[in-house]
Amino acid sequence: MTCRSVGRVLRELDLSPGLVRTTNMPGAGGGVAYAHAVTRRASDPNVLIAASPGTTLLLAQNIYGGLTEDDVRWLGAIGAEYGVLAVAEDAPWSNLGELMDDWRADPGVIVVSGGSAAAGQDHMKVLLLVQRAGIDPRRIRYVPFDGGGEAMTALLGGFVQIFSGEASEVEGQVRAGRMRVLTVLAPQRLEGFLAEVPTARESGIDVDWITWRGFFVPSDISDERYDEWVETLRRVGQSPEWAEARQRNRLQPFFLVGEEFDAFVRQQVLDFRTMAREIGLSR
Amino acid sequence: MDALSHLMGGFAVALQPINLGLAFVGVLVGTFVGMLPGIGPINAIAILIPITFAAGIPPESALILLSGIYYGSQYGNSISTILLNVPGTASAVVTALDGHEMTKQGRGGPALATAAIASFFGGTISIFGLVLFAPLLAQWAVRFGPAEYFALMIFAFSALSSLAGDSLLRGLASTALGLLLATVGLDPNSAIPRYTFGQLKLLDGMDFVVVTIGLFAVSEVLQLLERTGAGSAALQGYGRVMISAREFAHMFWTMLRGSVLGFFVGVLPGAGGTIASFLAYSTEQRIVDREGTFGTGDIRGVAAPEAANNAAATGAMIPLLTLGVPGSGTTAVLLGALLGLGITPGPLLITEEPDLFWGLAASMYVGNVFLLLLNLPLVGVFVRALRLPQWFLIPGVAALSFVAVYAVNQSGFDLVLMTAFGVLGYLMRKLRFPLAPVILGLVLGPLMEKNLRRAMALSGGEWAVLFDSPVAITLWIMAIASLTIPPILARRGARGSATR
Repeated sequence: MTCRSVGRVLRELDLSPGLVRTTNMPGAGGGVAYAHAVTRRASDPNVLIAASPGTTLLLAQNIYGGLTEDDVRWLGAIGAEYGVLAVAEDAPWSNLGELMDDWRADPGVIVVSGGSAAAGQDHMKVLLLVQRAGIDPRRIRYVPFDGGGEAMTALLGGFVQIFSGEASEVEGQVRAGRMRVLTVLAPQRLEGFLAEVPTARESGIDVDWITWRGFFVPSDISDERYDEWVETLRRVGQSPEWAEARQRNRLQPFFLVGEEFDAFVRQQVLDFRTMAREIGLSR
Repeated sequence: MDALSHLMGGFAVALQPINLGLAFVGVLVGTFVGMLPGIGPINAIAILIPITFAAGIPPESALILLSGIYYGSQYGNSISTILLNVPGTASAVVTALDGHEMTKQGRGGPALATAAIASFFGGTISIFGLVLFAPLLAQWAVRFGPAEYFALMIFAFSALSSLAGDSLLRGLASTALGLLLATVGLDPNSAIPRYTFGQLKLLDGMDFVVVTIGLFAVSEVLQLLERTGAGSAALQGYGRVMISAREFAHMFWTMLRGSVLGFFVGVLPGAGGTIASFLAYSTEQRIVDREGTFGTGDIRGVAAPEAANNAAATGAMIPLLTLGVPGSGTTAVLLGALLGLGITPGPLLITEEPDLFWGLAASMYVGNVFLLLLNLPLVGVFVRALRLPQWFLIPGVAALSFVAVYAVNQSGFDLVLMTAFGVLGYLMRKLRFPLAPVILGLVLGPLMEKNLRRAMALSGGEWAVLFDSPVAITLWIMAIASLTIPPILARRGARGSATR
């Protein structure tokens, strides 16, 4: 989706000399595309591959068959979603602080659902949050479901107490008054229906969960070509055409390109790797 | 009644020329896409989504078009399944059992007509369910937790005894093979690779289409080749095309039961058409198959799963629209389309977007009429394909298989895998191991595993949680009953026919 939107903006801004061809390369949570970029297209200056924290998480867990974050060059991200923690409408907690107090008192009674596997995005954001709040992440109970929809259904059915997901996933249930969002894991409050919900930072826990939508390029391209790509992505990211496409795809503003983004990704992989090791889910 | 007046409003939307036209285009594209296994409705919808966005048509019109492809493909898929034994979706595997058998007996025409009529039946009845009970059912589906799902899977597995053919032991072996294949890939809970041998292409597990087309279609080709060598024609010509009034009466209750069952299974998020069709088939076998004709070309063996999987496709719209839970890959793409159109699925959708919800329901009704009108005349055309000479048909099926599998992931590895499964399927046929239980195991295995592990994680390892709710207990009783009652009935039936 991000790819196709960016492809369209590239055409609209006349930034591409020829046709932008979008290929969907399914498999292994981006692993197939990652391996393809590393092995088959290592020096192709004209290929751009989409990524997200799903990519960095799998890298952190060494699932891409020995490939690492150093095997490509990280280009930038131009949109994002943010993590949220939500509860059923009749839950006993009215804010993040109350939840954290109960959680700290007895981590065993609270169960979290999310749409990703253990050590996946929805699990990881909870772990980072509780760790920063001084709770042992190994004591957190997390049950994985097939996607945010099923995980929310489990919350509504009373099978779990907390839903960990993303802002766009909860909109329908929140507007219907069946779920409440306790916190958004963003550096500032979100636009739209969650504008009233305080960030974790406001509650004194400095954790963001940025589900960035970004790109990488193969590692063997020249530095000049890399700089050209950064410039291209910068122009796309700052264009009104992209702003419109971003909103249509329900993404929040997020912009980080070039060396800064590269450093950001490396730090993220490192954080995830440390956490995965801590909870015993890394090899 | 409230729902009826809403539905009338819905028809006002659905019968607008543009929506009527889009529903027709949708089901037409769906039929053809469904006929070509592998290419599948997912890709067709994914390709059409940006076009509908760009065309700027209203959301309800876009959804009418896209869901037309979705349920239209359910019709189309039965064609290649029945005629060529190439099921492109898991839910069509059961149809192949009696459907392809009928084709071999020269009754491909009536089999296709049955599939079309049963699909219409399932589609229509489930739309009434959708209209009358959608909000209520959304509440019910929420109460279905991991323990209940696990019990449902156990119940679905009891279908095994009707798929196993003459030897239960061989059936169990085939199921075990399916379960084994289901464990390949990332562990669903911890995302740790299992049995992938470092092969990145195996991380997502065995793709269902690859295994099915290999086991069914490729092994069919091998078998046809063998028979051609022996000098005998494998497929008979074709007889009449339509079914008789007697046959219709014969399968009427089967279609009705299949539709109702399929609808309720479809409403459960994540369960979907496959479980519906397997369950409908085995339930019917238990209820009506006194002479033991299921599996040998019984028309009801086609009617039950076809009614059920179409009803399930409609039922699946309920969790999709009211909970935002997609029950299958195709509905997941539909969900993406909804979000892109600025529609947020949720309990309020029915009241906030009445044109969308009721218009869609009404258009599905119209679409099902189109499908019936479209498909019945085409039956004669499709059946004629069987008259093609063997030297054309066999390579044709082989080529179709390769194209279909390549279309899934554009992966050469999948082609190798498919060929290997083809050889395996051929050997299994030779050794009289049934093929359908492999698919049952492959499809249900991951669902069963995930829900068991979820239930255990929720209860902190207490097994009692599996029998903790009335729904779960009912499902357990049904599973046990369906395994124990048929042998008793069979004995009584044998006695009955002996005295007659």
